[in-house]
Amino acid sequence: MTAPRAFHPLARLLHWTMAVLVLAMLFIGVGMVSTVSPKHQWLLAIHKPLGITILLLVVLRIIVRLRFRPPALPADMPALMQFAAHASHWLLYALMLGMPLIGWAMLSAGGYPVMLGSSWRLPAILPASPVLFAWLREAHQYLAYLFFFTILGHMGAALYHALIRRDDVYPSMTTGFPASVEAAKKPPENIGPPPPDVLPPSDNAG
Amino acid sequence: MPVSSDTSPPPHPLLRCSVIAVAVTALAIAFAYVAGWLTPQRLTPQRMVSALQTNSGLYPGYRRNHAKGVCVAGYFEGNGAASAYSTASVFEKARTPVLGRFSIPGGNPYAPDGSTPVRALGLRFNLPNGQQWRTAMINTPVFIVSTPEAFNQLTVATRPDPATGKPDPARAGAFFASHPETAAFLGWAKTNKPSASFATDRYDALNAFYFVDTHGQQHPVRWRFEPEAKDEAGAGPKADDNDYLSQDLRQRLATTPQRWRLLVTLAAPGDPTNDPTKAWPADRTTIDAGTLVIENEQAQDNAPCRDINFDPTILPAGIIVSDDPLLPARSAAYADSYLRRTREEAHIPGTTPAATPKPETK
Repeated sequence: MTAPRAFHPLARLLHWTMAVLVLAMLFIGVGMVSTVSPKHQWLLAIHKPLGITILLLVVLRIIVRLRFRPPALPADMPALMQFAAHASHWLLYALMLGMPLIGWAMLSAGGYPVMLGSSWRLPAILPASPVLFAWLREAHQYLAYLFFFTILGHMGAALYHALIRRDDVYPSMTTGFPASVEAAKKPPENIGPPPPDVLPPSDNAG
Repeated sequence: MPVSSDTSPPPHPLLRCSVIAVAVTALAIAFAYVAGWLTPQRLTPQRMVSALQTNSGLYPGYRRNHAKGVCVAGYFEGNGAASAYSTASVFEKARTPVLGRFSIPGGNPYAPDGSTPVRALGLRFNLPNGQQWRTAMINTPVFIVSTPEAFNQLTVATRPDPATGKPDPARAGAFFASHPETAAFLGWAKTNKPSASFATDRYDALNAFYFVDTHGQQHPVRWRFEPEAKDEAGAGPKADDNDYLSQDLRQRLATTPQRWRLLVTLAAPGDPTNDPTKAWPADRTTIDAGTLVIENEQAQDNAPCRDINFDPTILPAGIIVSDDPLLPARSAAYADSYLRRTREEAHIPGTTPAATPKPETK
């Protein structure tokens, strides 16, 4: 079985949907805790249901990731870069899964009702405890910063693949048509027509 | 720079590197801007709470405002009268358990009770469906300012002078002169002597809210709790007693539960919902929605109310916030104060640790 050249279309859809949602979430989070304006209320009202949406999507995404093998990194990538790529992906998955759970646990420990709307409430997943609340609230904040910096690195690396290395990594998450595959489909230029023995058998042979 | 073996070096490598740098930097700057890191003059909840903390001094583990208080517990008994206006189950003919806290303003948990005419009551109603109604009220008919910005300016203008320990009258006077909306509150504070009992005070939510009825229709309201107990003539605190409020409450509750009527005032068209410095006219329809019964009290240091953030925007289905700009600011600032004191409680590195166990307020 050959390794796929691109991410499964469902994986790509989930990646870009979640890219928008997670970035929006980080901006909403940092914005809502730093404003006293009426934005505070509606940012808070978006933050919680959006967090649960991200939690559900990342569970789906992990299933898709396990079911459909992702493409391998280019073999000529230096080992350190390969390590950074794998480590940052693990970290991103851990944060996508962990942040909503920490937020939910934090609200539970703070004794807050976890409301996703005016009347839709999630159950508490931790007993009320101010000490637990404080640790989880701190973790939620600092992991959000870590999340944002990891995304900056991820975005920089993706652009580096797209603009500098120009390898298959970027198209494997966008169009799904890696440049090398496209190049292989086309006959190489300046070499002339392929020799007759590699042509497919013609129909009139049968 | 490593290059994939089957691709040639990219054209304009410098330009391409700058595109990457600009994209990453632009996103980082946008984040820093939203976080308020690039705008030190912007009023954030952290700056509001820090201003309060600067005025009062740091008392680790305590609220940054209304630090001195006492925990109470009891129930609310709805009578069904407000159910025509709100779907919240608390207004039905049913009992809802309540945790609460009486307090006085300021960040000093040892402040003398007579130092302020303001008394406060925070309540948390635990509804049977797991929803909550939290409200934090004071004993005045109007609030002192209309906006969070003005509140912060007031905090700064009334900062105690290190030499005298009292606010500089010139600075405070200049603030009040430039904020005429404070006149109604100042008039009340001038005539109201500090009351001798939490139990005989009325507590007013001040901020407007909306009740939402079964048809989804919104009704602008304000609510207050009116005491059934009356001040007894001549009964007052001794001159040197700084903690008479909690002692008085303990004595009263030792013999009988204390009761308040919940009075909900409906706005008439045109009544302001966004300005708690303006009382609504006295002739507005008022509904008696039920009775708050406080049955027992506990020192706050290790009682349940200590760890409740009485954020007035935590509301059950059937009540929503109005356009009052103080409500989101209270929610944001209370959250920051709650984080500070729980952090100190949790001994998180970088915070001033709270004493364990907390000292009894004297």
